[in-house]
Amino acid sequence: MTDNELIWRIAGGSGDGIDSTSQNFAKALMRSGLHVFTHRHYPSRIRGGHTYVEVRAKDEDVQSRGDGYNFLLALGDSFARNPQDEAYYGKEELKPLYENFDDLREGGVLLYDEGLLDEEDVDEIELEEHAEENGWHVVPMDLRGIAKEHGREIMRNTAGIGATAAILDIGTEEFETLIEQNMAGDMQEANLAVLEDAYEAASELDVDHDIEVPEGSHDEEQVILSGSNAISYGALDEGCRFISGYPMTPWTDVFTIMSQHLPEFGGISEQVEDEIAAAALALGASHMGVKSMSGSSGGGFALMSEPLGLAEMTETPVVLVEAMRAGPSTGMPTKPEQADLEHVLYTSQGDSARVVFAPANIRECYTQTRAAFRIAYEYQIPAIVVYDQKIQGELRNMPASHFDEEANADPGSVLTEDEIQDAAHHASGKFQRFLHEPEDGSNVSPRSVPGQKDGRYLATGNEHNPSGHISEDPDNRIAQMERRLNKLDDIRADLDENAGHQTYHGPEDADYGVLVWGSQQDTAFEAVDRLNDNGHSVKALGVSDMAPYPVEEVSEWLDSVDQALVVEMNATAQFRGLTQKEIGKYGDKMSSLLKYNGNPFEPAEIVDGFESSINGEDLAATNMKYLPAAGD
Amino acid sequence: MSAFSAIGDDREIDRDEFTPGIEPQATWCPGCGDFGVLKALKQAMPEVGRNPDEVALFTGIGCSGKLNSYFNSYGFHTIHGRSLPVARAAKLANPDIEVIAAGGDGDGYGIGGNHLIHTARENHDMTYIVFNNEIFGLTKGQTSPTSPKGHKSKTQPHGSAKSPIRPLSQSLNAGATYIARTAAVNPNQAKEIIAEAIEHDGFAHIDFLTQCPTWNKDAKHYVPYTDVQQSDDFDFDVSDRAEAAEMMRKTEERLYEGEVLTGRMYVEGERPSYGQEKRSIGEMPEEPLAERYFDEDAEWERTYDNLLQHHK
Repeated sequence: MTDNELIWRIAGGSGDGIDSTSQNFAKALMRSGLHVFTHRHYPSRIRGGHTYVEVRAKDEDVQSRGDGYNFLLALGDSFARNPQDEAYYGKEELKPLYENFDDLREGGVLLYDEGLLDEEDVDEIELEEHAEENGWHVVPMDLRGIAKEHGREIMRNTAGIGATAAILDIGTEEFETLIEQNMAGDMQEANLAVLEDAYEAASELDVDHDIEVPEGSHDEEQVILSGSNAISYGALDEGCRFISGYPMTPWTDVFTIMSQHLPEFGGISEQVEDEIAAAALALGASHMGVKSMSGSSGGGFALMSEPLGLAEMTETPVVLVEAMRAGPSTGMPTKPEQADLEHVLYTSQGDSARVVFAPANIRECYTQTRAAFRIAYEYQIPAIVVYDQKIQGELRNMPASHFDEEANADPGSVLTEDEIQDAAHHASGKFQRFLHEPEDGSNVSPRSVPGQKDGRYLATGNEHNPSGHISEDPDNRIAQMERRLNKLDDIRADLDENAGHQTYHGPEDADYGVLVWGSQQDTAFEAVDRLNDNGHSVKALGVSDMAPYPVEEVSEWLDSVDQALVVEMNATAQFRGLTQKEIGKYGDKMSSLLKYNGNPFEPAEIVDGFESSINGEDLAATNMKYLPAAGD
Repeated sequence: MSAFSAIGDDREIDRDEFTPGIEPQATWCPGCGDFGVLKALKQAMPEVGRNPDEVALFTGIGCSGKLNSYFNSYGFHTIHGRSLPVARAAKLANPDIEVIAAGGDGDGYGIGGNHLIHTARENHDMTYIVFNNEIFGLTKGQTSPTSPKGHKSKTQPHGSAKSPIRPLSQSLNAGATYIARTAAVNPNQAKEIIAEAIEHDGFAHIDFLTQCPTWNKDAKHYVPYTDVQQSDDFDFDVSDRAEAAEMMRKTEERLYEGEVLTGRMYVEGERPSYGQEKRSIGEMPEEPLAERYFDEDAEWERTYDNLLQHHK
């Protein structure tokens, strides 16, 4: 637990407006000068089911969800099907109040809507006893009643914000501004009135607690956005003007954002019959010279396997995004996991030749999506951005200047018509699009685009000769395979020189290491800071380049530590396996801390996991798994 | 000015331009109906006035998929059943290119059947040629979606228990706006139908009967055949849905009774193509999207200027 921070959790049912209310709350705090981060948890259900969002706010950069929360606004699930009965999944209406009870920190505030949750039920869960034990400040308020007075029950969210503001003494100015900006007419008026009434009612209660919301200020203009926003904006700024897709959680978010903006950016979005078609369309558009993307989540991405292989074989550039959720099969659709790493690396027949980036946070979602497009089109190779439900939905603030970058729509290695005239042609008349040894000594053989004079060639998923004609000649086979695979070495060198996708954290000369990839990186970094504060000597490395793997960089780092704990959100230590396979050693140095219960790590969990691993103790927590190093 | 000078190049086109300078040895068996498709397609090109560099031919997998190996234009030999989704994106990306897709009956009516339904529904302005030989040829003679009921093969040793698919009726239901059946043994009609299909502004589906002398000897050579537009026995209005549906049903059923009916089955001129529909709702640029990438003066929007204000 750290001091001087607010972790405000708003909990209700799906459909109660929890998400949008939390977004406004986070934005208002950002505008007031704080740094914010949100953690979102919701069921695979449209109406009803416990859903919550935590907004963590500090006066310094905040990179991760925190440990538990110190303020709970429990609205109750207004869509519960059997509010009064013990249902299959427990007492639904009440769940937003009592589920994860134990994570409310000592001395925390628990504000609940007694307009929805009646006293008898609340007695049943022994709220009073729990509160006494933990020193909680329980504040029942009739938020529904306040909202109803001004017309609509749904405004009990706004009442909850007003009451929160009063209890935390943070003023309502920023909330009022947001209501004024987002709503108009009667709706605006009613919400402003609800906000004020709830604020006054809560002020009168005079809740005596120890939470101090810090005050802060920003050096430069801030924006608040999600990983899905950042991936989409990265694609648009790198000239992507074509997307094809099929809805699937959590990838749908990127698809939606792109579909909303592509028309105004002069592009095309296509919702199609399935993910095979989605990936195939992206290839078709790219074949014509358009920078294109598609994407999906686990099961949908599985359908893209064959088009993905076609892109590798025909050297058609394309960017695919894969938003991981808990598997196998349909798994847990709205819960994060990092278990599709091997899936994206190896799916599709034959030796894979692809690029895979795993951005660790929203900033990297933007830069690495741009890098994925640049590499894909320059090297004529599919590039995959793999992320998860956690990054997809979490919001955090950052300087607007991060996005103040030039657009780049360069279609990559495509010849001009004049260059095609001078380029090699086969006696059949076809342009030699797949040269064994391209002129400049690179492994990229530049392409033509339909419509260019004398650029005709055949693209085929069969092995082919330089003009694209199907060929099973052994020498040609070796030459083409080598050129396609050697591109990966060129890309590795390019990334080493230009990208810097790996992130280092902590004291360079530390004895121990925490190795992490993708969305768990910044949580692990926070844990490493605490471990150092606790007297340990630890540093961390966050890896984003999954393929081509940064062998030298990671080897050097692993060489510099006595032992490394690999932290990832899956059950079979996939990233550790990849690291061992790519480097070919250090199997005896790497142990794993794994979590796959549908919830991302909290910093304190990594601290505990690390401490018990170096002390040789069993892991106390049951929601994680420790996997010892090889030979242990 | 277009970055693609082959597009709209106004000159006399010779059908020989579509024959590669050195012809690869065809993988098709002697007497294969696929030669008939290739020949008819080459003959149709001068009629529609398109030159090799402004034509893109997308194929699936199977004997039919080799079509673009022997046809001198831009070609994309894709994966089994997926020529249509690749092809229709190509058309959206650059509507100035003449887009043709081709595949077999297994490719188009079996594994890729879902794509046929949706491509027809959307009415993309392109031509789709299905080589229908009622058999899987390249994998050596297994029962296909158009094989007759009772068809015996190594994978259906007791004869197929399934009724064959109705490709024409299905296409009509799905929304295709030009539907015809022709046969390799009828080269003149085939050429005319291909030319009409290419010039049709919408999704044109040609079910092309291609005899397989190796694996489907029972189907003979689709002779004698009847052109329903030439015969007095079949008086129907090709633009009338109900009459077309009736004609298609008859055509599909009689094939298995040994009567080969060919010709235009349905032609609908009014319905806008998908590109037109998308443009009319502002979801597709007026200028071909592909051109923009090759225009040095093109200006590219930035999210910083256009979208970031929503996040402040």
